[in-house]
Amino acid sequence: MTADVLTYPAHADHGHDATATQTFGFWLYIMTDCILFASIFATYAVLSHNYAGGPTGKELFNLRYVFGETMFLLFSSVTYGFAVLAMNRNARNQVVGWLILTFFLGLGFIGMEVNEFTHMVLEGHGPDRSGFLSAFFTLVGTHGTHVSFGLIWMAVMIYQVTNKGLTTPIRSRLMRLSMFWHFLDIVWIGVFTIVYLLGVM
Amino acid sequence: MQHAHADTSGASHGTLKSYLTGFVLSIVLTVIPFGLVMNGTLPRSFIIAGIFLAAVVQILVHMHYFLHLDTSSEQRWNVMAMAYTVLIIAILVGGSIWIMYNTHIRMMDDSLMAGTPAAATASASRNAAMPDMAGMDSH
Repeated sequence: MTADVLTYPAHADHGHDATATQTFGFWLYIMTDCILFASIFATYAVLSHNYAGGPTGKELFNLRYVFGETMFLLFSSVTYGFAVLAMNRNARNQVVGWLILTFFLGLGFIGMEVNEFTHMVLEGHGPDRSGFLSAFFTLVGTHGTHVSFGLIWMAVMIYQVTNKGLTTPIRSRLMRLSMFWHFLDIVWIGVFTIVYLLGVM
Repeated sequence: MQHAHADTSGASHGTLKSYLTGFVLSIVLTVIPFGLVMNGTLPRSFIIAGIFLAAVVQILVHMHYFLHLDTSSEQRWNVMAMAYTVLIIAILVGGSIWIMYNTHIRMMDDSLMAGTPAAATASASRNAAMPDMAGMDSH
């Protein structure tokens, strides 16, 4: 028992430090990812009127459709927040439930985006059509790729929470996925404002 | 393990209220810019200012209510890293747009140099090189 008393606080402190360090390290990764997105946004801003005789944003974009995509992502941000709240209450089954709901909302977003891309490419408005479309597919596609990797990560977390429970490392991973997921929603605000809203004006 | 719920320092101070507040504000700040553009009756400059303002405010709402960033001491380095990132982004995006806009004007718009021999020569040689664009200079 004495050994337990002596070692437990040290162990707990170690766990705390590791999680804090991992959280900060992941935050730095997100900041570098911000710079990656900023570079692609700058490229898009420069190329956004280089239509090369091809279609413009006004002819291609459907704002109702984009609003639907935006709602999928916004709802998924909130449901992920509810998963974190359930985690803080140690409600394991609720965590899994909210994560599954978040996963399908994210999948809905990706499904809509893949559908939009497929239609554009089939109609001959692919990334090879103009500088504008190259920049469009690079920017929106990079964001979509991030969301897809977030979905893979979320599927892994659903598996881990189900099978291993809410251990300290798993809580730490859930918090980092939370940062990643909210960050992607923030990038999407930039995308729908600069690409879609500005594009149809 | 008993301490596990305290191990998520720095990023988990959300409450049901904060998530719902952030959610409602985000809905409003999404509906406003989409409404402005889809309605389209207001002056163009007003709409552009409106959608950018809504985007900036919504990004701040997400950072506050979803990422729970604040200026507390435990978040100091998170905020420092972000401030540096914002600086880099401002230089990167602002610089790119500034330089490319100027380059674009110098390359494409002869009205700035109209009447100078250099402009006439440049225009003539470019039209010779790219005959399909010959019509573009005569606006």
